[in-house]
Amino acid sequence: MTALTTRLPRMVKPAALHTLLLYVASFAVALTLAGALVTLTGKSMSETAYALYQGSLEGGGSIGLSIDEATPLLLVALGAIVCARAGIFNIGQEGQLLMGAMAGAVVGLFMPGPGWMVMVGSLLGAALGGALWAGIPAVMYYWRGVNVVIGTLLMVFVAAQLAMYVVTQENLLQEDGEAGARSPQSNLLAEGVMLPRVGEYPDLNVTSGVFVVLAATVAIVLLLRHSTWGFRLRMLGHNPAAARRSGVRATVLGGGALLISGAFAGMAGGIMLSGTIGRFQPGMADNVGWEGLLVALVARNHPVAAIPVALFFGGLRAGGGFLASTGVPRYLVSVVTALLVMAAVFPAAYAELSKLRKRNKPVVVEG
Amino acid sequence: MDDFELILGSAVRLAVPLMFAAIGEWIAERAGTLNISVEAMMLGGAFTAVTGAVATGSPEFGLLCGIVTGLVVALIHANLSHRLSVNTYVVGLTLNVLVLGLTSYLADKTEFFQVAKVAIPWLSSLPIVGSALFDVRWTAYLLIVLIPLAWWLVQRSRWGLEARAAGENPQSADVTGIHVNKRRRQALLICGLLGGLGGAHLAVAEVGTFNSNMTAGRGYIVLAAVIFGGWTLRGALAGCLLFGAADALRLALPALGYELNAQLLIASPYLLALAAMFFLAKSHRGPAALGAPFVRGIT
Repeated sequence: MTALTTRLPRMVKPAALHTLLLYVASFAVALTLAGALVTLTGKSMSETAYALYQGSLEGGGSIGLSIDEATPLLLVALGAIVCARAGIFNIGQEGQLLMGAMAGAVVGLFMPGPGWMVMVGSLLGAALGGALWAGIPAVMYYWRGVNVVIGTLLMVFVAAQLAMYVVTQENLLQEDGEAGARSPQSNLLAEGVMLPRVGEYPDLNVTSGVFVVLAATVAIVLLLRHSTWGFRLRMLGHNPAAARRSGVRATVLGGGALLISGAFAGMAGGIMLSGTIGRFQPGMADNVGWEGLLVALVARNHPVAAIPVALFFGGLRAGGGFLASTGVPRYLVSVVTALLVMAAVFPAAYAELSKLRKRNKPVVVEG
Repeated sequence: MDDFELILGSAVRLAVPLMFAAIGEWIAERAGTLNISVEAMMLGGAFTAVTGAVATGSPEFGLLCGIVTGLVVALIHANLSHRLSVNTYVVGLTLNVLVLGLTSYLADKTEFFQVAKVAIPWLSSLPIVGSALFDVRWTAYLLIVLIPLAWWLVQRSRWGLEARAAGENPQSADVTGIHVNKRRRQALLICGLLGGLGGAHLAVAEVGTFNSNMTAGRGYIVLAAVIFGGWTLRGALAGCLLFGAADALRLALPALGYELNAQLLIASPYLLALAAMFFLAKSHRGPAALGAPFVRGIT
């Protein structure tokens, strides 16, 4: 995790200018490559850029859409950050998100009671579902030493099949009536169970899930920076041996971090379910889990920095929906996302390497 | 018996692309890289194999293109994670997103190309196993050479010893003068070569054409196979055959009139790999430094 330490680049040092230039150059290269891809396939670059702008920033509706897309991304990223602070790499958010949405749908569809209560219950259920799904690899790790990365990764694919299973079984979540046999999805949640939208239709309006996420961000920032828990978490991440010596219970703390990470991903699924989509679909995760993880990485595991990064990626996702009119396939958005992530991790790693080379110079013999 | 022969044939056809990639993944993992970009290598290999075949009209040239693409993906991964020490999962994940996006963006070739089938005389007329094992696309026979070669390379050659040391205890390996990151990069390049070949085989030998996301997570199945096999070559290959058979059953059973749970069969490779790790944790140990970047110095 050396390259992913929690520090933001310090802009005051003289070497920082070099790093800054490297960042600018990397992003320029990434965007040039994306532009070249568009041009080489015979599409207009300006039209593509304009479509992306239209979909993400033009007018209140588009901005709202971008924020809607950014909300679950940020939530997933926050969970990933908590985990990374503890030195644990949870890579299975895509599955945890899906299982969260599934649990949220179960609660939202079957829990009796007034709408607002079911709504809250559905969100909590989603968090619990995600946490449980992350809990399985956590138990496997702390009980039998199964690598967390492998465990969480493999659980993603199990989750995808489980999701497909529950919506194709009549006595589980399959949609009632004729429609159920045709498309694998659950019933629509009742109107009152959906998260209310804030703002005026069709102008700027966002899901109220955004406030849940912002509150979570503030809480995580404060807890990580000022609480004993945050300190212990960092200690565990930086030097597990020393942390254990000084009385940090690695199993509780590390396992807890993994559970929190899963809960956040699950909650993201719940917000997607009751905030925008309205029903459970096996394909609803739509890479949000993976991209949320990438948001955390680009933000260098800094919760505050994750906000603009999530907004940017959310904007890209929203803009991708507008690409159809230009004939450019939507996949361009994934290409751009991946290139930007590369551009974001390269300079920091490069700076780290040159620092290391300088430090090691008298000892290093090989070329 | 006919049904059995049919399912066996389809299981072998489905397992062969996995086996190519699994050999590579096994080598990379023994050297300490938990390589998730094998999915990108396979998908990229499949795409360029078809593109190359369409451009030149020769599926053999397509195979070559696929191998080169696998190598390119590996080169990016190797340099980012074992020269710049960027977290290997980050790189792998990003490469998977990138290649999936790129190949889906560019996919528009619909022409059909396949390498020739070669039947081995006499053996191919054996009952039951004959047509499944000895009457296949010629690229599948490459495995006969590659499997022992890979085993020798890792278990018996000096290079293999150094690579395994890099995967088990990079600090000690470094002290004894082994260039840890170089070995890891080389292992990853071999993985790219074989992953690309596996993808290319899938595209221009089995399926004959490319469609968006055609590997559909086969890279992760390969990963699961190596884990399921307990980081031994024969275990990984057995895993590939087993998972290929599960896939073949999923495709064949409904046609034969059996009710079955397709989702359980699709998920079975992952469940089996998880179960293997869980129950055999003691004997089933992966390379100790799997996935940990190596940076010289006190840690």
